[in-house]
This record gives sequence, structure tokens and C-alpha cells, in this order.
Amino acid sequence: MRLNADRLTALAVLAPSVILLAIFVYGFIGQTFYIATTNWQGLGAVEIRSVGLQNFEALFAGSGLPFFRFREALVNTVVFTVLFIAACLSLGLFLAILLDQRIRAETLFRTIFLFPMALSFVVTGTVWRWLFSPRSGLNTLPTVFGGAALPPDQWAWFTDRRQLVTFTWADASRTVVILIIVGLLVFAVTAALRRRPVQALIVGMIGLSLIGWFFLGGAFEALGTVVRPLHGVNLAMVSIVIAATWQMSGYTMAMYLAALRGIPEELREAARVDGCNELQVYRHVVLPLLQPITLSAMIILGHISLKIFDLIYVMAGGDNLRVDVPGIHMYLTAFRGNNFALGAAIAVIMLILVAFVIVPYLINAFRTEVRR
Amino acid sequence: MSALALPQRRQAALRRRTFTRAAIYATLIFWALIYLIPIYLVLVTSLKPRAEVSLDQVWTLPRQVSTDAFIAAVERLSPNFLNSVALTGPATILSAVLGSLNGYVLSKWRFRGANIVFPLMLFGMFIPYQSVLIPLFQLLSQLRLTGTLWGLILTHVVYGLPITTLIFRNYYAEIPDELVEAAQIDGANFFNLYAKVIFPLSLPGFVVVIIWQFTQIWNEYLFAVTLTDPASQPITVALSQLAGGQAIDFSLQMAGSFLAALPTLLVYILLGRYFIRGLLAGSVKG
Repeated sequence: MRLNADRLTALAVLAPSVILLAIFVYGFIGQTFYIATTNWQGLGAVEIRSVGLQNFEALFAGSGLPFFRFREALVNTVVFTVLFIAACLSLGLFLAILLDQRIRAETLFRTIFLFPMALSFVVTGTVWRWLFSPRSGLNTLPTVFGGAALPPDQWAWFTDRRQLVTFTWADASRTVVILIIVGLLVFAVTAALRRRPVQALIVGMIGLSLIGWFFLGGAFEALGTVVRPLHGVNLAMVSIVIAATWQMSGYTMAMYLAALRGIPEELREAARVDGCNELQVYRHVVLPLLQPITLSAMIILGHISLKIFDLIYVMAGGDNLRVDVPGIHMYLTAFRGNNFALGAAIAVIMLILVAFVIVPYLINAFRTEVRR
Repeated sequence: MSALALPQRRQAALRRRTFTRAAIYATLIFWALIYLIPIYLVLVTSLKPRAEVSLDQVWTLPRQVSTDAFIAAVERLSPNFLNSVALTGPATILSAVLGSLNGYVLSKWRFRGANIVFPLMLFGMFIPYQSVLIPLFQLLSQLRLTGTLWGLILTHVVYGLPITTLIFRNYYAEIPDELVEAAQIDGANFFNLYAKVIFPLSLPGFVVVIIWQFTQIWNEYLFAVTLTDPASQPITVALSQLAGGQAIDFSLQMAGSFLAALPTLLVYILLGRYFIRGLLAGSVKG
């Protein structure tokens, strides 16, 4: 009897949080989806009506600056995400391995590598904006050692206009579609080989229907309507990656270091007895054991990079298309341009991108927990 | 012959080892210096008198140490600094207390469906906040809370719940269930149990959560810039506007950055161990 009353109390204590999150997360997301299907343009007296998926169509295939800008931002985000994750993982692992060598003053080094994590992206942006200003900052660092300053037109950092690889939106979207279809089919075949017929069937059917839709249904041609202007891998993005890596690589270092400390010394000792030298110990024993950490770090960093907003907004301002990202574009469209419908559509796409990374991660984390 | 060769070989090995050690330390020091470059620039620039800051002489030490920039930054930013304090304090405490209660329920009073409710709650800490920003702004304006700190406090409490709940839930999972059962046999009800058994053991958990929330809320920008007006702007927003001024005053900007970074930096340096624990707790793992 007593226990039942307590159980009810427990639920009542949890309830407010659950209700608040239900409204502020799921309710608001639903509302954003709804706004994205309207023509709501802020203060105007125009009657708000439903326009279906027109906003999304415009973002992906429309001509006009806001739509081009969205696609440019999407390309930039992909470039940023890949470079940022690669930089943080390699630098973090490198520093962690160095720190794992019984270093004197380890705490001091750890503190130095990790302190940028305690800062705001706004502070990082303000400071690095100056470090990367073409006529000053890092470009004049060689003068300290008696060298000549780097020429600002070649070392323009985030104001750089150059693009390394250029492509049309049609090329990009076709390539992505083909990659997705190939990925799905490969997954289906592997599942079939591992005797998971249900998985294989479902994923295979999705892949085949995508082929049908795009190649037979004509959607593939529709993707090809937007040809100009060109998108590309923007050199300016590199300076954002450097600043973001400065801030976040300590995080991967801390994760790797914690994992390295968790590897029992006997394992390494056993490998040494078997004739491995130090490099081989890392190659064959330590690195394989770090793989789950790498995956977690990729997911955490990936969802941060897909949402990134304040660092770039403060560092490069809102109007530098070469480093534009959806987070900035959404904020400016909705809260400066009062185009709430289009802003909501951009936000929905951001959410879908992040969900692709996070949902499998959460499902997996809880499935293993239940098994335990 | 071999009796002579052995010490020689050992000596060579020793020399190689010393060389490796030196290389490791040199690499570490090199990278540490790189990480410290921005800090050097901030300190050197903010201590220069305004006239001494020139674009091509940024790396030199100040010929004359001046606190003008700091005084100007304090004058410009102190209202915003106080706003940040008034925002971060209540929002941190509230979300920590709620997170502790939630974590207690989810770890010691497990109910059917908890394994669905909890991940759904957690999803809230990963979403891009842009995807809730427009409805949030609408709701807070209807409640007349935009442009006030209250709206921002509410926002940070709600979106802080997933991480605080997660950290406390995992922390309380370490407290043996036998302890709870023993107290129940002694007649403790839900709240007695929390007050007598759980809460007294919670101090390290609270430290981790409070540090984490404090850092997050102090440093946050998107909600702050969307939901406040000039009178209620926290320091991050004010700092970003310093950079957008007409005549760019670098010493002021750097002094402002230092001011904005100081509280979280102090917490990190004094309580770094707990900071790292919060950091690693962010990567889920039950």
C-alpha cells in the first residue's frame, strides 16, 4: 500500500519535467513543421495559408538568393563536419597518446589542452576573428622571428574567396542520391549474408523504390534544374575548422585519455611479451580498443558541427556566404528577415540531419543498457 | 666479447630512450604553446593603451601596461555581466534540483515505460535549438516573457533538464539498491528516502551538474540573442556587439573577451576534475 503511494509520488515528481519537455521539444518541433508548410512572413497582414511542401522544394530546387544560399550553407556544413571531425579525432588521439607516456606535469598539459572547452564560442569567435584578420594576427606572426609577414591576399583566411573543387547543385544532389542508394543496397546485401532477412528485405525495398522514383519516376531529372551558380569546397572554411578544433580537440583528448587509462596494463604487457614493439602495441592492441570511443566522439562532434552557429556568426559575420551554415541562415531568415515559414523549413532540415546522427546512437545506447 | 658488448647495447638503448622522452616532451610543449597563442594575444592586447595597438605590431609586449581597456570593458559590460549572473544562478540551481529529483525517480523508482520516456527526454539535448526557436519565441511573447531574463531562465531550465537528469540518473545508479530497501523497511517514504539517503550522497553529483550547467548557460548565445532586449542581454550578446562597432577597438574587444571568459575559466581551473566528468557524461553511456 505504502509502496503504491510512493510510486505515485515518484511519477508526480517526474511529471512536470516530462510535460515541459513534451511541450518545449516535441510540441515545438511539431509547430515548426507546421510553420514550415505555410507562407507565414512575420508582421505582414497577408493571410497565413498552407503551401504544402513548397518551401522545401524552393530550398532544394528554387532559383533566387535565399535558396542558393541555403544550398551553399548545406555544402559548407558537410565540408566543415568532415574536416572538423577529422581534425579533432586525430589531434585528440595524438595528444592523448603523448600524455599517456607517464608524463611529468601531465595535469598542466591536460589543463592547457582542455581549457578552450570552458570558453564560449562567442569568445573564441571574437579572439580568432582577430587572429585571422588578413592584415594582422597570425599573418604577422613570422615577423616575431624576423621573417616577413604573410601576404594578406594569399592568406585571407575566412575572407578567402577561393573554391577548391566546384560543382553544380545538380551534380552534388545526383551524387548524393546515388551514394545513398548504393549504401542502402550494400547494407541490404550484407544483412542478407548475415541471415537477417527482414532487415535485408526492408532496406533493399527502400533502395529499390528510390531507384524507381529517381530513375523511372523522373525525379532525377528534376534534381538537375539548378545549374548555376557553382558551389564548392570553400577555402575560407579552413579557418573556421582551425578555431573550432582549437576549442573542441581537448574534448576528444579527454575521451581518448580516459579510454587509454581504462586499458589494463596486462594487455599491453602480454603483447610486449609476444614480441611487439611499442608502435605495434598501439597498432594491434590499443587502437582497436579505442574504436567505440571514436564512434561516440564522431557522433558528439558531428551533431555539434551540424548545429554550429555562434562561432561562425561572431567570427565572420552573418553575410559571408563562403562560410555560411544553415544555423546562421535560419536565424537571419526568421529573425532578421521575418520570413518565419522559410526559417522553419531550414530548421526542419537541420533537425532531420541531426536526427540521422543522434537517433541510432540513442537507440543503440539504450538497447545495450537494457541487455545489461 | 659479449660481456663487453652487453653494457654497450644497454647504453645505446638508454640513449635512444632518453631521445624519445625528449622528443615527446618537445612535442607536448610545442602544442601547448600553440594552444596558448590566443591567450597570449588576448592578454598582451588588452593591457596595451589604445594608441599602442597597431595592426602589424600585435605580438609585441606592451611598452607601457595600461588598464584603460579593462576599465572601459568593465564600464561597458558590467550590466551584461550582472544579467549573466542573474540568469545563470537561478537557471543552474533550478535545473540541477529538478535533474536530481528526476534522476532519483528514474534510477530508484523504475516504472514500466521508463526505457521509452527517458531516451525521448534525452533527445531534447541534441536537437538544434533552431528547430524550436520560432514557437518558443511565440510562446514567450504571448506570456510577455521575451525581453526579460525570466523567459531566458525558463528556457535554460527546460532545455537543461535532459543532461542534468542523465548525469544524476547515472550517478544514483551507483548507490546500492540495498541501501534504499533498508530505509524503506525502516518506514521511509519517497521524500524521506530522498532527504535522508539520496541527497546526502549527492554532493559530487551536484558539483558536476552545477559546473556543467553554469558553463553552458553562461556561454550560450542563440537563445540569448533571440529572446532578450538590450536591457536584459547577457554578456555573450554584448561581447558579440563590441566586435561589430564602428571603429574597431581591439584592446576593448580583448579585454571584454577576457571578462566574459573569466568566470567559466576560474571554475575550470579550480574544479577541472568535475568539469571533465561532466564533459564525459555528455556522451550518454548508461
